[in-house]
Order: sequence, then structure tokens, then C-alpha cells
Amino acid sequence: MVRSQWNRRKFTSTLGLGFAAALASWPRRSSAAAAGTITVLNWQGYGTDLAAGLRQFKAATGIDVKHDYYNSEPEMLTKLRTNPGAYDVVLVNSARDAQAQVEGLIEPIDLAKVANAAGLAPAFGTHPNILIDGKTYGVPWVWGMNALAVRTGKGLQVDSYAALANPAFAGRGAVFDDAVTAVAIAALMTGQGINNPSDMKKIGDTLKSFKKDVKLIWSSEDEWNKAFAADAFDVSVFWSGAVTRAVNLRRQPVAFVIPKEGAVGWLDNLCIPASSTKKDAALQFIDFMVDPKFYAEWAKVGAPASANNATMEALPADDLNKQIHKPEYLSKLQFMGALPDDRRQAFADVWEEVKAYYAQS
Amino acid sequence: MLLPAYGWLLVSVFLPLGAMLVFSFLKTNPFGSKAPLVFTTNNYLAFVTRPYLVGVAWTSLRLGFWTTGICAAVGLPAALAIARATRGRVRQTVFLLTILPFWTNGLVRVFSWTMLLRQGGILDDLVHLAAPGAASAGLLYSFPAVVIGLVHAYLPYMILTCYLAVASIDDALIDAARSLGARLPTVFATVVLPLALPGLVSGSILIFVPVIGSFMEPRILGGRIGVTMGTVIEDQFTQAYNWPLGSALSFSMLGVVLAIFAACSGVLRERLAA
Repeated sequence: MVRSQWNRRKFTSTLGLGFAAALASWPRRSSAAAAGTITVLNWQGYGTDLAAGLRQFKAATGIDVKHDYYNSEPEMLTKLRTNPGAYDVVLVNSARDAQAQVEGLIEPIDLAKVANAAGLAPAFGTHPNILIDGKTYGVPWVWGMNALAVRTGKGLQVDSYAALANPAFAGRGAVFDDAVTAVAIAALMTGQGINNPSDMKKIGDTLKSFKKDVKLIWSSEDEWNKAFAADAFDVSVFWSGAVTRAVNLRRQPVAFVIPKEGAVGWLDNLCIPASSTKKDAALQFIDFMVDPKFYAEWAKVGAPASANNATMEALPADDLNKQIHKPEYLSKLQFMGALPDDRRQAFADVWEEVKAYYAQS
Repeated sequence: MLLPAYGWLLVSVFLPLGAMLVFSFLKTNPFGSKAPLVFTTNNYLAFVTRPYLVGVAWTSLRLGFWTTGICAAVGLPAALAIARATRGRVRQTVFLLTILPFWTNGLVRVFSWTMLLRQGGILDDLVHLAAPGAASAGLLYSFPAVVIGLVHAYLPYMILTCYLAVASIDDALIDAARSLGARLPTVFATVVLPLALPGLVSGSILIFVPVIGSFMEPRILGGRIGVTMGTVIEDQFTQAYNWPLGSALSFSMLGVVLAIFAACSGVLRERLAA
């Protein structure tokens, strides 16, 4: 191995070269600055802030991307209302699109201007959540299902949510601490619509019937993984994407099951706030986000399923995300839709009451 | 001279509390919406319109009583031991060990308990090591697990307040009692306990109030059992996003706590004066 010999002359010439390079790049940088900076509002660690992606986007367009985060959907809406002009792209659960649209918080998007949207699964491109009054208010980005996760290797047969009320699973179940999901699952079991169940009493009673089985009411993926790894439960309400992460990243013995009653679907879309001043740059960023190349990058660290058919088809056949998020499931799903405030509160109340019932000894 | 202190009190205590009080009478969250504010007292009827909350409140109070009771039962003897049986460096070390839980992050503390208490966890393994045939001893996701986590978090308050009370007891009083023929239990019951009462009372108040509002320990250690007023209030703020109801529930609990203190204060004042 030859150690590089740095002498003074070489050093000076290198310095000179570097200086020249810096000078040469100067105007380029300022033009990049003119292209500007956009601000994205999203959950932390949810794709848009992936460092590798941001580097590629900057290299391709010269646009810098800053982030602000929210911890709940109401917080996201509040931030949009109270900071007009601060955000250029916002990730919205499509169930909230209608509310944001009514308040004039988000802008219609011309999907024709988003080249990579051409590959969108048709069911998503025209999804009623995002298509309001004939206009599209967001670009469908990722989607997933809430159904059951079942431990493998114990020979368990589960094909219905009723497993959570089955004495065979006493003390071996877990549910997600989320009112909307809990109500939705009870609605599926009782043959009602998940977004506007007609019989809330039945919903509450169905959820209460889980009492003997429920060991854990989990509220974060991390909590779920710790408890599952410690063998605290066998069957749980869980997210499809989280199951792929549990298997791929943590080697957990778990399978995702879509019970015969169906599953709860959700669709996240990228929207442009009506108050954004950099809508073109925002559209460029959204186009980059739905690009299969970016998804490949994100998938390395555990992405949810892409709403872009082209992306999912490009995945290898043994990819777990591809196996779990089959296109034919789309027809079996009921998607989370818009909820007026009073119904949301009714869901929260019923879930709070059920949890209090679970806690009684 | 006191102006800065009062100013600080105003900014740090009364403004946030006042804001929450106003919130508790609102119908919906005011954030960013242009609709005029609508006031209501309905939120304070929560215990009537949602009867299950009575059971939840009782769980919280039971947690409070158990935790405070165990802290008192463990804290007073510990304080006595530190005050009477240690000197110099040893005392410093024991104090340091007592206060150590304060210096660890609460979440870390609670999660370390989950490792200890869960089925197949460290405690379970130890039990099986001692008695191989014993039934599984997983305590996690149960009422005792929550109490253990809370006692661990709040015991230092009790030890410190009791220590202050116990350390100021004059040795001569105990010697006098002994020379008059009192046995140790009698000395404890008639001399030490009454003199330590102020420490026990202030320790109990310091512990009881945060415990009945606790939400982290019940949520993580309680599993299905872990539904308390603390978690219900937290849900109103983070999940249901019904800040008005959350604030009204908080103030209702404050009322319950004050009522309990008022009921106890008569008895205590008599005792403390005696």
C-alpha cells in the first residue's frame, strides 16, 4: 500500500482546484436556492424524511425539503389552520380529506401533472375519500389494512375476529388502543358499515365480549413487538405493514390474517395545502414520492404498501409486502372514511366505556 | 420583594390552570376554527352521563390508597433506619440510593419493570430457580404490577419527608420512654409515630395526588387492567381530542382529591396539635 505523499505544492494545487470548483459551483447553488425549500408536514419517520430520498430529490431538482411533524390527525389539521403558508406538502389520512376540503385547507390536484401517478391502482386513483365533487384532492401514496396478526408455529386456526371472544384464546389476545379501529372491527363482525354503524349498542357489546381474551391494549408498534416477543399473546388486531416489519426486521413468528368478515383499510395521500406558495415544487416532490425508485429505497427500512401498482408489481414475488397486500383484497376492504366530529366522539366514548369494562376485575 | 415569586406563580401555575378551567366549559376545541365559542357545563356531568367513569375513578383511588399505604409502610421504617442507624458516608450512600429512581427517566423505569415482571421475565425465572415446580409467576398486566411501578416511582418522596420528621426527634424523648419501661413497639406507637406524622402526611399528599392522575404506569404495566382516570384523561387529550372533556375530568378529580383531604384534615389537625 502506498501512503499518499502530500507535499506543499500538491497541497496548494489541490487547494486551488478546490477553490475553483467551489467558485464554479457557486452560481449553481444560488439557482438551487431559487428553486427553494419546501416544507412537508408528516408523521416523523414516515417516508418523506428518509435521508437517502431527500438527497436524491435535491440532486434531481435542487429543492431542499424541510419537515415539521404531527403526532395526531387533529394536530395536523390545527397546524394547517393556524400556520397558513407554512406548508407545501402534507400527508393526510384520506379519511380526513373531506374535513380538510370543507375547511378549504387543501387544494385540488391534477393527477395528469404527476407522471408517476399513472401507475396508481384504479381503486385508489378514484377513491371516494379523495375524489370530492369531481376533483382529486390528494395523490394516493401508501395504504394498509387493520386485521389480525396470529402467532405461527402453534398450529392456531383463526379465520374470524370472533377468535378474540373465543375461550380457547383466554388471556392470549391483544387489541389496538384506537377507537376508530375498535369500532370498525366490531362493525365488520356485526355486518355494519365501519364509518357509520347504525347500532352502537351492538358495537359496544361485541367489543365487551373480547374481555376474557384481551391481555394487552397496545398503543404503539414498539409496545406490540416487545409484548409479542415475550409471548404475551397469540392473536391481535394489528396493521398489515407492521406485520411485514415484525417478520422482516425482527424475525417474529407471525402471520397476517384477513378474517372472513373482511378488514379495515386505510389510505394515506399526499396533499398540497391551499395556502402553499410553492405548489409546483410541491407537486414535483409528490411525484418523486410516488416514484417506484423512491419506494424501493424506503422498502429497505420497512415501508407500508404502495398505492402505486407499478411499484408493487416491481417487487420480487417473495416480498412479504406484496404477498400480504394483494390487489384482490381491495374489494374485501371497508376503507376508513370521513367522520363528523360528533360521531368520532361517539366512537371514542364507546371505546372508553369498553376499556373501563375490560379493566373491571 | 415577593413580586417576582408571585409573577412566576401566576405565569407557571395560574395561567395554565386558568386556561384549562376555561377549556373545561367549552363545547368543542377552539383550535383554529372560526366558529364562535360555545360554553357548556355538560362536561362536568361526565360522571352522570358516563356512569362507567365512577368505576374508573374508584380504580384510580384504589391505586392511590394502595400505593400511598405501601409507601408509608416501607418509607417510615426506611427513614427511621437512615436517621437512627447510619452515620456519615454510609448515610450519604444510602440517601443516594434512595434518590436514584428520581434520576432515571420514568419511561425507562417502567419498561425495565416490564422485563422484570413479565411471564418468563427475570422475576419469573428466579421463582422457578428456587421452586422448579411452581406455577408461572408473571405479574405483568395486573393491578399489583401497576402498584409496584408506582411505589418504585414515588417511594423517595415518602422516605425524604419522613426522614426530615424523624431526624428531628430528640433522642432524649426515646430514652425517657425507655427508662419509664416502654417496650420498643410502645415507643414507636406513642412517641415516634406521632412525631413522624407530619412527615407521613406530607409524603402521602405528595404521593396520592400524582398517583391517582398517573397514566404511564397503568398503561404500560396494567395491560387490560390499566384503565384509570389518568388514562381516560390522556385519551381525551391525545386520541379523542376532546380537550374540554379532558379538562373537566381533571378538575372533577381535583375536586375529589380536595374532598378527601378536607375529610381527613379534621382528624389530622387534632392529631398534629396533640
